[in-house]
Amino acid sequence: MAGAMDLPAKGGFSFDLCRRNAMLAEKGLKMPGFRKTGTTIVGLVFQDGVVLGADTRATEGPIVADKNCEKIHFMAPNIYCCGAGTAADTEAVTDMVSSQLQLHRYATGRESRVVTALTLLKSHLFSYQGHVSAALVLGGVDVTGPHLHTVYPHGSTDTLPFATMGSGSLAAMSVFESKYKEGLTREEGIQLVSDAICAGIFNDLGSGSNVDVCVITKGKTEYLRNHQLPNPRTYVSSKGYSFTKGQTEVLSTKITQLKPKVEVTESDAMEE
Amino acid sequence: MAWQQPMDGSHASGSKVAAADGPGTQRTQYPYVTGTSVIALKYKDGVIMACDTGASYGSTLRYKSVERIKAVGKHSLIGASGEFSDFQEILRYLDELTLSDHMWDDGNSLGPKEVHSYLTRVMYNRRNKFDPLWNSLILGGVKKGPKGEEKYLGMVNMIGTHFEENHIATGFGNHLAIPILRAEWREDMTFEEAVKLVEKCLLVLLYRDRSSINKFQIAKITTEGATIYPPYSLKTNWGFAAFENPSKGAVGSW
Repeated sequence: MAGAMDLPAKGGFSFDLCRRNAMLAEKGLKMPGFRKTGTTIVGLVFQDGVVLGADTRATEGPIVADKNCEKIHFMAPNIYCCGAGTAADTEAVTDMVSSQLQLHRYATGRESRVVTALTLLKSHLFSYQGHVSAALVLGGVDVTGPHLHTVYPHGSTDTLPFATMGSGSLAAMSVFESKYKEGLTREEGIQLVSDAICAGIFNDLGSGSNVDVCVITKGKTEYLRNHQLPNPRTYVSSKGYSFTKGQTEVLSTKITQLKPKVEVTESDAMEE
Repeated sequence: MAWQQPMDGSHASGSKVAAADGPGTQRTQYPYVTGTSVIALKYKDGVIMACDTGASYGSTLRYKSVERIKAVGKHSLIGASGEFSDFQEILRYLDELTLSDHMWDDGNSLGPKEVHSYLTRVMYNRRNKFDPLWNSLILGGVKKGPKGEEKYLGMVNMIGTHFEENHIATGFGNHLAIPILRAEWREDMTFEEAVKLVEKCLLVLLYRDRSSINKFQIAKITTEGATIYPPYSLKTNWGFAAFENPSKGAVGSW
């Protein structure tokens, strides 16, 4: 349908259906809720770079959907991003910006900068007016130094020495506020991040399972997947599971011969 | 956390108190002047309790020198967060209780466990009448029991939920102080160690709770009795490089 006035596609949130939604809600339609994943994600700046941390539990309401998911997403070789909020939103938005950063690297021939990722994320989230429910902790090291930012679903950002997001953010923040100081070494930074994530895992119901850590320094990134496993399966049966004959009582046995009912005939091969 | 009044009046009949107040009356549904978190923990000699001395009127910091921890009888301390007028009312009930206990003149005095039990009944019965006392109370004390000097620490809130623990916090303290207390509390802490741990929690609350102020009171209860120390302030640290110039090296961000 080629119209005489084909307007270019507009970005951002389309408010066309809002009036219809409001009318339906008035008529008694129950709007679908959002699936929020409980999370603890943290980041801190230490003397050589940034350390990011995350728990690994993804929840669907009261159920743990994934015991060991990955919440630290790749953005660039020198930039990683932790995501809290709706899992689909955090995955999609970090994937999208990661691709955009790669194209930008090809165009400029330079290493990506953290502000670039930050600006791409915040302008996308702002244009969707908070409906893209992604709360992110973005960290990386570029030519201008180490940077740590938080990005909120509505598009605002903060630049901080240490940051926490997600349902376990208060538990993690209490650890940071009491123990953080400037000029931490790599080991101290990793230990502090692990402590903060553990505080979230053990004190927040929406967070749990294991601790993932990512250390980014100039020229080197280490992704320590499952750096700590503080929730191991404590009881494992030494004999394993075995179901020997005689454990279950047999009430009756009936054997039906299949053979008389099956006829094997020579015929042509199936036509294509 | 304001409890919004539902528009269709479904709570109306629930809040009406018969006879004494007449039909069609309603009682307090939301708090006005509120105190924020209180934290408490057991240590070697007894129980230590601390809170700030502020009381807010909505989003205004109205009163800055309020005592939210008081001694009860000879063996207990009570700390409260939530509606301050309800706390004053509770103190009056406890006065009557301790007075009539004293008049028995039987050589026995109410211990913290008994006071906690009394408060639990009061809170739960008020909640059942849809007329709650809008508080979270912490009750701590030491009294000689069958096993020697027994330390006691418990809490009860406006809906009547009550329990005993080695460390307790109300309000925002639940989210910010309890993780620290769970990680660092030990059975036999000295008074100095307990104060340091409490100050660590109070500092985090000062940074991250908008209704807290930098003026705290610590109180302790031991076999010698209750001591409520005069108020003092904690030293805060705002000197991080990222705070001084957030967009240094990240031009365009804020």
